[in-house]
Amino acid sequence: MTDAGYVIAAYGVILGGLGLYALALWRRLRGAARRDDDAA
Amino acid sequence: MKTRILGVVALAAIVAATFVALVVVPPDQNQGDAQRIMYPHVASAWLAYLSFGVTALAGIGWLWKRDLRFDAVAVSGAEIGVMFTAFAIWGGMMWGRPVWGVFWQWEDPRLTTTALLLALYVGYLLLRRLTDDPERRATRAAIVGLVAAVDIPIVHFSVEWWRGLHQTATIASPDKVLNPAAPMAFVGTLLGMLAAFTLAWAYLMVRRYQLARRELEREERGRIERIVEARSNPVPSEALR
Repeated sequence: MTDAGYVIAAYGVILGGLGLYALALWRRLRGAARRDDDAA
Repeated sequence: MKTRILGVVALAAIVAATFVALVVVPPDQNQGDAQRIMYPHVASAWLAYLSFGVTALAGIGWLWKRDLRFDAVAVSGAEIGVMFTAFAIWGGMMWGRPVWGVFWQWEDPRLTTTALLLALYVGYLLLRRLTDDPERRATRAAIVGLVAAVDIPIVHFSVEWWRGLHQTATIASPDKVLNPAAPMAFVGTLLGMLAAFTLAWAYLMVRRYQLARRELEREERGRIERIVEARSNPVPSEALR
């Protein structure tokens, strides 16, 4: 693999991971809010 | 609303810092393009330290004040810290292969102690699942979080204390920031990436804390409901004999 390949792999996983975690967190928060509304 | 603005600013900062790191800054004379991996790698490692430091301090806060909001901060730090530690390890591996010739070397103290740090905090998160009692869980987690935090300075100073593949810190003191060993363009880009990742970290911490608070409130409601139900349906005394 070339240097550019390693750079893409590093940035892809790190930035992609950050984005996925933020998305997962948003979905977990939305799910929690929905459960709270159902309970109320 | 403020949190949403923070999120938008963090996203814009990461896009800008990534553009500078990948397009604007020239490749390193010796390491070539692989050097560009340093920017998110170092930023991730710094945020792993910060996250676990917050977890340890929040653990002390819980043990001292017995306020479960500290535990919500602690779990937020641990979860986000695990993510950034994994990113730091991944970035280091992707940089190590073209520059060192290997993805990983167990003999290197920095690499091994960082792997241990990851394992310790994955253990911390697993430990939290062992009990539903919020107070018992917070106490156990606080103790484990404090013990695990001992590894943070060991990881950081491992490059000074022992010999290994990993180089010593490029920016270890304010003096080194002003008179760095690397060209200013590289140092400026690194500091920009650090700032962008720190903004993203702050946003994720706030959101994770909000989730932890909601989970705590739901647990508390469930507990109260169970008590009310038990009182309204008392067990006949014959059944207890």
